[in-house]
Amino acid sequence: MELSTKHLLGIKNLTTEDINLILSTAANFKDVLQRPVKKVPSLRDVTIVNLFYENSTRTRISFELAEKRLSADTVNFAVSGSSAAKGETLLDTVNNILSMKVDMVVMRHSASGAPHFLSKHIPVPIINAGDGINEHPTQALLDAFSMKEKFGELKGLKVAIIGDILHSRVAMSNMYLLKKMGAEIIITGPPTLIPKYIEETFNVKVEYNLKKVLQWCDVANVLRIQLERQNQPLFSSLREYNIAYGINKKILESLGKEITIMHPGPINRGVELDSDVADGPFSIILNQVENGVAVRMAVLYLLANREN
Amino acid sequence: MIPCNFSKNFLVKTILSQSQMALTVKRLAHQIMETHVPFTDTVIIGIQPRGVLFSDKIVAELKTLIAPAQLLYGKLDITFYRDDIRKELHVANKTDIHFSIENKNVIIVDDVLYTGRTIRAALDALLDFGRPKKVELCVLIDRRFSREFPIQSNYTGRAIDTFVSEKVKVNWGENEEVVLV
Repeated sequence: MELSTKHLLGIKNLTTEDINLILSTAANFKDVLQRPVKKVPSLRDVTIVNLFYENSTRTRISFELAEKRLSADTVNFAVSGSSAAKGETLLDTVNNILSMKVDMVVMRHSASGAPHFLSKHIPVPIINAGDGINEHPTQALLDAFSMKEKFGELKGLKVAIIGDILHSRVAMSNMYLLKKMGAEIIITGPPTLIPKYIEETFNVKVEYNLKKVLQWCDVANVLRIQLERQNQPLFSSLREYNIAYGINKKILESLGKEITIMHPGPINRGVELDSDVADGPFSIILNQVENGVAVRMAVLYLLANREN
Repeated sequence: MIPCNFSKNFLVKTILSQSQMALTVKRLAHQIMETHVPFTDTVIIGIQPRGVLFSDKIVAELKTLIAPAQLLYGKLDITFYRDDIRKELHVANKTDIHFSIENKNVIIVDDVLYTGRTIRAALDALLDFGRPKKVELCVLIDRRFSREFPIQSNYTGRAIDTFVSEKVKVNWGENEEVVLV
């Protein structure tokens, strides 16, 4: 069994077999993480560089832990304090790092398509840890893993994706993945934050009434309002957003059913999610984070360089 | 030209027949019992995936000799501990060890002992679960003189001499037998 791809650039070019293989391997790694020794020697001869051209807490720690628990050697690169700040190009930076015998690259970049560009120029596997507003494949995989863990299977699952779809790579990867795995999706959020052709492109429904959407869904994946990616204001105020699309305890209690709340983090508390929901009993946000390590271990393990 | 079908059938050699296999399992279970009676500090660990098919038989036999509740039986997957993952990717199976192996006599059970690399990996994997008092090995087939590590079995079903080009196939289920191809 092998993945059909050498890199993990996005969910878009994965097959359902790939996704199933990653998720089942992740389940094995989740078992490993419950043991007294939370570590296996699988990648002890592999060196991995984590290139973070953009800020990150969870993804970066999660990748680093995943690498260490597979016994890989890791080097970290953050753009501040590096020569990238002096104007070195991406390709130059990567080629310089690779000449020090690095076997794999994990990269986050603010430019959409940066890992795709890199994959055409370097010989080692690349894992996309988020590129601009394009994809964040490992987040979608860990979301899928967490949903599968809770509901058994993804087929037929009703998932609402709520909020800033326009700037969200998490939404993109989630839509690709859930569609491939046969889940149903409704997108909701302010019209200014939902791309115009999304219904045709992804074959998903768009509904602007939050309560209707919540009543329909099994899972609400609530996205972060990405203030750093908005050059012009797309809604009048955070307070207004919270009133129209924020998830609070009151609206959940009015549904007459339980729905599961997910969020890729970091949460803007009091904007897209109120604290009593984020920390409430229906939230699986911290399970998502826990599963992230196992899912990333699976991806690294399956993509690690092979001789033939 | 040599007719292909003829040569293929001709080259399949039975090592253990169905009735011999049943007797071998019985004998090995009794040998394990003999050494470990009253079985208070001994646990059985089958190696995933194929060793488990054999350890299931051993455990079933042991359960006729001692109280079933007394027998601790686990399964160990060694995929992530292999030394050849850079050559070939194996699909992982479930590890299920629901008890502590600390200070226990552990009997590792596998179907075929060949290069010893699987058992080497199994020892690594096992030690991540604790520090056993002693580790022993029980195999159905020992392919002698082909070891790449200094590893030998304590309980052996049948020791055979083979060529590298040959393959030992252990079949369970309806047509239980061991054949050399």
